[in-house]
Amino acid sequence: MREPIIKVENLVAKYDDKVILDGVNVEFFPQEVTVILGGSGCGKTTLIKNILRLFEPAEGSVTIFGKETTKMDEDEFNKILEKIGMLFQNGALLNSVSIFDNVSIPLEQHTNLPVEIIEKIIEVKLNLVNLGHAIRLFPSELSGGMKKRAALARAIALDPPLLFCDEPSAGLDPLTSASLDELILKLKKQLKMTIIIVTHELASIHRIADRIIFLDKGRVLFQGTLQEAKVSGITEVTTFFEVGKFE
Amino acid sequence: MEYKNKTLFLEGDVTKFTTTDLLSEFSRIKISEIEFIDLQNVKSIDSAGVAFIDELKFKLKDFSPQFINVSEDINASIETFSAEKMPEPEPAGKANIFVMLGASLYNWLDNFRDAMYLSVDIAYWSFIGIFDRKGQRKGSVIQQSILIGVDALGIIGLLSLVLGLILALQSAAQLRQFGANIFVADLIAISMVREMGPMMTAIIVAGRSGSAIASEIATMKVTEEIDALKMMAINPIRYVVVPKFHAITICMPLLVTMATIIGIVGGLIVGITYLDLSVVSFYTQVINVLTLKDVLIGLSKSVFFAWVIVIIGSFYGFKVTGGAEGVGKATTLSVVASIFAVIILDALFSLVFLI
Ligand SMILES: Nc1ncnc2c1ncn2[C@@H]1O[C@H](COP(=O)(O)OP(=O)(O)OP(=O)(O)O)[C@@H](O)[C@H]1O
Ligand SMILES: [Mg+2]
Repeated sequence: MREPIIKVENLVAKYDDKVILDGVNVEFFPQEVTVILGGSGCGKTTLIKNILRLFEPAEGSVTIFGKETTKMDEDEFNKILEKIGMLFQNGALLNSVSIFDNVSIPLEQHTNLPVEIIEKIIEVKLNLVNLGHAIRLFPSELSGGMKKRAALARAIALDPPLLFCDEPSAGLDPLTSASLDELILKLKKQLKMTIIIVTHELASIHRIADRIIFLDKGRVLFQGTLQEAKVSGITEVTTFFEVGKFE
Repeated sequence: MEYKNKTLFLEGDVTKFTTTDLLSEFSRIKISEIEFIDLQNVKSIDSAGVAFIDELKFKLKDFSPQFINVSEDINASIETFSAEKMPEPEPAGKANIFVMLGASLYNWLDNFRDAMYLSVDIAYWSFIGIFDRKGQRKGSVIQQSILIGVDALGIIGLLSLVLGLILALQSAAQLRQFGANIFVADLIAISMVREMGPMMTAIIVAGRSGSAIASEIATMKVTEEIDALKMMAINPIRYVVVPKFHAITICMPLLVTMATIIGIVGGLIVGITYLDLSVVSFYTQVINVLTLKDVLIGLSKSVFFAWVIVIIGSFYGFKVTGGAEGVGKATTLSVVASIFAVIILDALFSLVFLI
């Protein structure tokens, strides 16, 4: 049995008293693309945010790179965060600085690379998401889909071994979305990244997913490989793969 | 609309343009018994129309009439827009006056504790930040100094001049009666240096920069920029607040010094034009009456005011909940709270240094 890179055990997540995740157990394996699925509002974003400690889990434990993180002190957890890239559902670019500066933040903060190299990296990363032309623009001058892509460039600036993407292709046209999938596969293959993606697009899932985690009503309905998912016999899951819709 | 043979006939358009009339028409019809509602002649229906149908059903529920001659189109619209099958919305939190009072006291204590934690955090990182610029953006202190200091020069200068003029004019008439003209210099110098300069500058800076700090941080919070910083292993306090803290600590004493000097010049203008004083005698009097202690009190006040403004602005910024509306609220609250705090702090200073 392979060692998971992230192991979530019995996670309970609440906003005030409202239980969103109720005892979630999931594992993510190295160098795989895991897709998190589930209807809108079922808690996918909440799961990611609890894993990354943007919210404190009410119960349960999270192990990342072999270390239990929920009780870790901030400095130690920051060391782990330096190896993680996160693309937020709304991009979350810093609006007060240019796209170039947005991508440069992690590079400036966490490396001692000389400016010329940093500039090169930024250009390359923005070109990977087809935004080479927008390098001097500000976030307010970009469309929604462009913001998403710029945020992805920022998330992969440091070539993190672990990448979270919250609906990277929402709001993109099919062509751009397909080229994004290609990029994700390249990242997995060439940089040996472990990638965790929230997405609803069947075409995209078929292209990139190694494993599926299916959330429903705060619980994990299914987790396993894409093939297993299709023959799982769980109505909600098989329906989704047949018609691409949630019940 | 027509009512005969226990049947209500609807016709034409049942849309947002006709529902109001239909409702009033309906209220005029006397219905003793009804079995059917006929929709045969309904040409079009929209969501307002469906709401009207729902309303009809509700008003006639004692008779539970049947809908007849419903075309497929109309039926589809009704299916889509009918409110009948909607799930109950989640109940909003219930309010009990005692619970609310308790909660607000509890909140207040909670807030106070959070504000203290935040102050310690800001103080700690600002101190570290003097020696180690890591975790800050390059040039951000200079940029903030321009926003907080340079951009405020005009308004603060102008208001100090006016304040100096007013203070001097107010007392000029009385002083003249006693032939104590020269004491206008004492009055202006002491009050500007110790009280008016620091306090008025602080109030303007609270209004300009305190609100800007609160709204910037609150916006960053609701757009998840703060979360994004955290995910990049960057401390948001270090990145966002520390440059402002440094900038305001530098700018505030400078602004206060300028405000004080201009205020005294305002007094001088009154002295020359109205009280027949010479520039030299006014100047000598000012220099003689001011002590180093006065100046130090004025300047140290200004630094404390500056810190209070940054801390309160950041506190309300980080505490924001809700979307854009929350940002506005946070901004307003922070301005009110920081002006209040500045005045209270000023009173405390006066008490302490009275002795
Ligand atoms: N900050 C918050 N405060 C209170 N409730 C929240 C908050 N964020 C999310 N929720 C609630 O938690 C539930 C799950 O939200 P979450 O954002 O995790 O959904 P999601 O699965 O990511 O949905 P989507 O596909 O629409 O992004 C929702 O019912 C939402 O109402
Ligand atoms: Mg989401």
